[in-house]
Amino acid sequence: MTTLLIAEHDNATLKDATARALTAALALGGDVHVLVAGKDCAPAADAAARLAGVAKVLHAEGDALAHQLAEPLAALAVALAPPYEAIVAPATSGGKNVLPRVAALLDVMQVSDVTAILSPDTFERPIYAGNAIETVQSADAKKVLTVRTSAFKPAADGGGSAPVETVDAAAAVAGGAAFVGAELVRLERPELTSARIVVSGGRAFQSAENFRKYLEPLADKLGAAVGASRAAVDAGYAPNDYQVGQTGKVVAPDLYIACGISGAIQHLAGMKDAKVIVAINKDPDAPIFQVADYGLVGDVFELLPELEKAL
Amino acid sequence: MKVLVPVKRVIDFNVKVRVRPDGSGVDLQNVKMAMNPFDEIAVEEALRLREAGKASEIVVVSIGPAQAAETIRTGLAMGADRGILVKTDQPTEPLGVAKALKAVVAAEQPGLVILGKQAIDDDCNQTGQMLAALLGWPQATFASRLDVEGDAATVMREIDGGLETLRVALPAVVTTDLRLNEPRYASLPNIMKAKKKPIEEKTPEELGVDLAPRLKVLKVVEPRGQRGGKRLASVAELVDKLKNEAQVL
Repeated sequence: MTTLLIAEHDNATLKDATARALTAALALGGDVHVLVAGKDCAPAADAAARLAGVAKVLHAEGDALAHQLAEPLAALAVALAPPYEAIVAPATSGGKNVLPRVAALLDVMQVSDVTAILSPDTFERPIYAGNAIETVQSADAKKVLTVRTSAFKPAADGGGSAPVETVDAAAAVAGGAAFVGAELVRLERPELTSARIVVSGGRAFQSAENFRKYLEPLADKLGAAVGASRAAVDAGYAPNDYQVGQTGKVVAPDLYIACGISGAIQHLAGMKDAKVIVAINKDPDAPIFQVADYGLVGDVFELLPELEKAL
Repeated sequence: MKVLVPVKRVIDFNVKVRVRPDGSGVDLQNVKMAMNPFDEIAVEEALRLREAGKASEIVVVSIGPAQAAETIRTGLAMGADRGILVKTDQPTEPLGVAKALKAVVAAEQPGLVILGKQAIDDDCNQTGQMLAALLGWPQATFASRLDVEGDAATVMREIDGGLETLRVALPAVVTTDLRLNEPRYASLPNIMKAKKKPIEEKTPEELGVDLAPRLKVLKVVEPRGQRGGKRLASVAELVDKLKNEAQVL
């Protein structure tokens, strides 16, 4: 069998999510071809060719693909689909946007957010915000999967030297949607979903100023990414992009430090697979302590500066 | 312009989910059910479009068991005009639901379909994208802002790393993210009024769609168990544990 992996990239660089989804794609057992579709995306295609385990890179160029809108990218993937038994994308906002469109056009029921590949047709995935794990078997001729990147280690960068083949992108026609603009947060810290350490803040910070003043210096001292609970995001203490949880980002870092977060199940869904969890909270009965490896009961405004100093 | 809002009946947001000991699924007996929270946001957005004079009629549709009529009724109590229930006792999957919605769209001819980005039970995040694909319509998923002007909509979307703005030609499919709006509560007079609003019942056979699931659920289990949860006395002890016991620093 052969698998088509749809790469996540920004034309210039390949995203870490692609290397993680590659690990899942390789676990299906066959060759993996990586589709890098964009505009002036040769650097990303070359980066994909260097990933260990890639058999071939399909490089597609087109104006309609510049921002990887769902309509042209799905149309291209469907045009390329016939020889493939499986089509895989990372469960990022990009993959979640485009892949169900591909699945519907192929009349396939997609398996979303796969966390384990048990066999080429049987997969594990979390449901109910991670409060249950279901094992599903797909009877469709082709498998269409998005994979939860935090559940798979990235394939090694370097070591691969796959051929890069240019593919016809004529199928990638704009489908009634046009890109207007994007506001991307400039990250001076590691990306939330791939960071080794994540420091997250909740409602206890009481203001955006406190969030910046108490949480961010600790994150910087640790070289960590900054996350937030939905409560903190809703209250305006942190941008939505920081949100960790069922409807935000799912992270599985080596160390997750939850500061002033009570631990609603929707938040736990986004971080409980971290290797080590630390909870710092004033309320000794906060549910976050039940999933933590280490707990400190106390005020974040006192404990965080102290922790920063002690590191 | 008519707006179609598909809604799903799911376990209430606040209910603690229990996995059945035999691994056959999640216990739904005597559990409080409610409208999927993202779908409430979709209903609210449609109501705001009508209040702004940009939508003329709001039709709420659900694909599910007879009790899904209660979920439709919730949408009617919020202010939607009428409902359609596609009745099935089978477990539903996004692909089948998208096919049923396509048939409803063919009959109703809405200018816009607004639905939640994902249901909080199966967490699939597929139906809107699939419906757009089957209709050949543009899509704007994970919307945090929606402006309709004439025959196009400008949609701000939540994406990894920030926000993206798209302009989609209508008709189109929009899926809602949390920040799009805060749904209203239905007032008592509106709940009473909703009881008189019509809900039309259809069957998948009438719509000519096959809702048979494609995925076979082999088992459902509890996630990995809780952790030790050691309470530490001081910051110094925490740093020591992280360095020497957990070895993550």
